[in-house]
Amino acid sequence: MKPFAYERPDDAQGAVATVSADPDAAFLAGGTNLVDHLRLGLATPSTLVDVTGLTSTEITDAPDGGLSIGAGVRNADLAADERVRARYPVLAQAMLAGASGQLRNMATTGGNLLQRTRCAYFQDLTTPCNKRQPGSGCSALEGWARHHAVLGATHEPADVACVATHPSDMAVALAVLDAQVRVLGAEGERSIPLSTLHRLPGGEPSRDTVLAHGELVTAVDLPPSPIAARSTYYKVRDRASFAFALVSVAAAIEVVGDTITDARLALGGVAHKPWRATAAEEALVGAPPTDDTFRAAARAELVDARPVESPRGGTAFKLPLVTAAVTAALRGLAGGEEHA
Amino acid sequence: MTLTPHAMGTAMPRPEGPEKVRGRAPYAFEHPAAEPLYLFPVQAAIPRGRVTAIDTSAADALDGVVLVLTPETAPRLSDAIDPDHGVLQSAQVHQYGQYVAAVVATTSETAREAADLVRVTYAQEPHVAALDEDSSELYGPDTLVTGAPADDTRGDPDAALAGAAVTVRATYRTPMEHHEPMEPHTTVAVWEGERLVVHEATQAVSWTRQALAGAFGLAEDDVDVVAPHVGGGFGSKGGTHPNTVLTALVARAVPGRTVKYALTRQQMFDLVGYRPATIQHVALGADADGRLTAITHDVVEQSSRIQEFVEPTAAFSRGMYEAGARRTTHRVAPLDIGVPTYMRAPGEAPGSFGAECAMDELAGALGVDPIELRVRNEPEVDPEQGLPYSSRNLVACLRRGAERFDWSRRDPTPRSRLVDGWWHGTGVAAASFPVVRFPGSEARVRAARNGALGNGAGAPRYVVEIAASDIGQGAWAALTAIAADALDVPVERIDLAIGDTAFGSASPAGGSSGTTSWGAAITEAAERFRDKYGDDPDDGDEADATTPDNPWAAEYAMHAYGAHFAEVAVHADTGEIRVPRMLGVFAAGRIVNPLTARSQFLGGMTMGLSAALHEESVLDDRFGHVVNRDFAGYHIATCADVGRMDVEWLDEDDPYVNPMGSKGIGEIGIVGAAAAIANAAHHATGVRVRSLPITLDAFL
Ligand SMILES: Cc1cc2nc3c(=O)[nH]c(=O)nc-3n(C[C@H](O)[C@H](O)[C@H](O)COP(=O)(O)OP(=O)(O)OC[C@H]3O[C@@H](n4cnc5c(N)ncnc54)[C@H](O)[C@@H]3O)c2cc1C
Ligand code: SF4
Repeated sequence: MKPFAYERPDDAQGAVATVSADPDAAFLAGGTNLVDHLRLGLATPSTLVDVTGLTSTEITDAPDGGLSIGAGVRNADLAADERVRARYPVLAQAMLAGASGQLRNMATTGGNLLQRTRCAYFQDLTTPCNKRQPGSGCSALEGWARHHAVLGATHEPADVACVATHPSDMAVALAVLDAQVRVLGAEGERSIPLSTLHRLPGGEPSRDTVLAHGELVTAVDLPPSPIAARSTYYKVRDRASFAFALVSVAAAIEVVGDTITDARLALGGVAHKPWRATAAEEALVGAPPTDDTFRAAARAELVDARPVESPRGGTAFKLPLVTAAVTAALRGLAGGEEHA
Repeated sequence: MTLTPHAMGTAMPRPEGPEKVRGRAPYAFEHPAAEPLYLFPVQAAIPRGRVTAIDTSAADALDGVVLVLTPETAPRLSDAIDPDHGVLQSAQVHQYGQYVAAVVATTSETAREAADLVRVTYAQEPHVAALDEDSSELYGPDTLVTGAPADDTRGDPDAALAGAAVTVRATYRTPMEHHEPMEPHTTVAVWEGERLVVHEATQAVSWTRQALAGAFGLAEDDVDVVAPHVGGGFGSKGGTHPNTVLTALVARAVPGRTVKYALTRQQMFDLVGYRPATIQHVALGADADGRLTAITHDVVEQSSRIQEFVEPTAAFSRGMYEAGARRTTHRVAPLDIGVPTYMRAPGEAPGSFGAECAMDELAGALGVDPIELRVRNEPEVDPEQGLPYSSRNLVACLRRGAERFDWSRRDPTPRSRLVDGWWHGTGVAAASFPVVRFPGSEARVRAARNGALGNGAGAPRYVVEIAASDIGQGAWAALTAIAADALDVPVERIDLAIGDTAFGSASPAGGSSGTTSWGAAITEAAERFRDKYGDDPDDGDEADATTPDNPWAAEYAMHAYGAHFAEVAVHADTGEIRVPRMLGVFAAGRIVNPLTARSQFLGGMTMGLSAALHEESVLDDRFGHVVNRDFAGYHIATCADVGRMDVEWLDEDDPYVNPMGSKGIGEIGIVGAAAAIANAAHHATGVRVRSLPITLDAFL
């Protein structure tokens, strides 16, 4: 663990200026991810810029009928907000499905979005990892890859391979809600769709997001979404609480008569980013709300899936699991009772 | 002598409880010292090879660093010690995470920073870290860690299997598991001249003293080990591990200064033992009536190349059921990894998974109820020792559990109950654990009529000293109650003192033996005291005793028994598995303190549930270390995983086990719990999972 300077600028602009000017500086929010990384020697910033209090801690009604969530809003407060619970239940459920009560009291909206993968080899300085040390190789490909990807990963060439997943539950819900992320950089403010904030590893697995160094997330904007009132988050994990998703499903559908007229679907635990399942959405719209439809939609999304075939525990099981979880989630929304 | 229970059997809160909840009960690391120094180690990043160079210059130059020790500069230890206690004695690396250097600094942060700055160069050598049944390195050890023979054959089991009306053959696997008590292993050491004083997180102050005296070539009297409160151990704090020797070694280099070292959670996965993985081939043969004619239980399991530890996995099958022929064997794979150690019910916990799942499979093959099958194979005398039982109430546990769990209304057909999208099933498994008495615990009883402890002319108080350990199991309360009954006074008149080698030698809090071994010593000392001084002693009168041998040891086989019942629900789509309900019924002699005993049974069952569904140390054999080495990666059951859990014990009057009539209860709660859950999962889904932990992929 390396000593670091600790700074608390007066405002967000000051924080952005400090971090932008120093390649070794980093923002500190709740610290629930970053402080672990300091201890592990995974993050070695020379300066920590504490952004607590520099971004909004409020959830405000937007003029268009949506909500604006300050980057400083704690995960626990986001989960408990009445408006979120009524208008965007998928988000409230995703928050409560993440981490533990203690962690949610500390963790912030900005930090949650920017948390890094839980890949065991990424967190272990003694093993090769292209994300941590570009070009060193990917230990997960033939290693313990239970929490790894089936979609959009880079399996080869070896020096850029990365099959990690993004661990955030919140981000999966935000993906299905078409959220926009407001970002303050040295050049000013911009707004980017949540679905394009996180990257696929491509040939550069060390980069998690499209943000430039020093860009600060200031808020997340939720557009109004009538369909979201009937939405759900279904998280499948290895224990009943306090575990990262093996697979998660954020879903909203609208059914008129015997037909699905609108559908939103995103998957967690399957890719380097929250995965908006557009192929599945297309397959759902116009079809009857039956288990067969749900399964077919999940399979449509998995057409290009490629599991990690590791001798030490890969992700082949996630293909049937995605199908099962999508089916269970959508069946619940459609009010059906059919079973396997 | 048999005690008349007054305090025993009555619920007694932990006397140390108020101090613990106020944060005033000192755990090892909190032991105050003037200007303590802090140790942080440098650990090997390779599984096997040699350190060729260590550059400590950057660490040495750091402000606040007092010392950097390497194998070249460290003081020498005696040669006659456990191989993994030889810290910093050579450049050889025999496991990943091994200590290769150590930094001492004025703050823990500086020590940690400096450790990062030490540059180590290695010559790596080929290693083996995968448990492979076909490895040419497998060997047959002589004995199990308990001292029992590794292999034991009665009759001709292969012939009996060939001739059996019904046979079941299956292979069961249990993973490497780590204890991970909340309090990390901690040592606070100071050398006062040629005396070594250590505050330690240990289950056995005497064993720690013995190990340190051996390592440093000291007389045991020159080592003090103190541990009044310990934050859990589960076996990992029984034996002495390299961290303790390292801290004392480093302290030796800074005489008179106190050195503190608490392991990080990651280090807890490297250096302080684990339960080894097992592969168990089990075969059962039975006649058409369901009477066992053959049991074979052949095990292949992990150990360390540098130091043998043979998990007594198949020992469970030696005494559980009557069968004409029986074979139990153990083969060991010596791997380039850390040394395994005792973990709650070593042997019984993994072994009962194979054995009790196989009984369930046999019941299915025979079409006999699994409880009835066990009843039919109840032995007359102990099949291992050939002795009658001091008491054996397994059948009573099974019957009582069946009644409470509504077993008679169970439809035995697998995959027959779907409720709200979840397949439900129930399962049963039996448990046993031996009554263990370790020799050599010294107890002292002293009357205190004056001064701070006594109250002048009033009734005498009794100071009772014994170097026992309380790792949370409740020794403070239980031993106070035993002393009160042995002296025939109310508990308020007992001042118990434990956890310090100043009180002499004592056996460990391990093997569910504490209450038996320490209680027998206290009872003996109290008896001598009363013989000598009666019930109206003078201030300072004292008597002592050492744990007496059990006069009945050669006459009776002594075990506790239990029956686990579990209900399991498996999600019909996703395979998610939950345990909404568990019941454990135990027959374990007299229950000394119902309050803490319930916690022990519950804790054991919860740990069994955790083993059934969650716990697995993922050893990546390419690197030779556990890669899920924190609490986000190594799953232990959370509250949300534990449904309704009921514990009941039967009244059992056993005059042979010890003066208290008690049997050990610390471990039996975990024995068989995972099998009951696996059996219930099979009943729920029709899928037989023979490998732990049971995760949802099995049901997809
Ligand atoms: C044991 C454990 C279990 C967990 N389980 C789950 C789970 O099941 N599901 C889940 O979703 N999460 C889980 N988490 C992760 C948790 O949600 C994150 O750690 C948390 O959300 C991070 O928020 P923070 O404010 O503490 O971020 P920090 O740790 O302070 O920061 C995280 C990263 O974000 C950057 N950052 C912070 N704020 C900003 C900002 N405004 N703009 C730009 N960059 C910023 C930091 O520089 C850092 O790189 C778990 C964590 C732990 C420790
Ligand atoms: S999956 Fe990605 S993060 Fe994990 S080891 Fe491979 S490169 Fe590193």
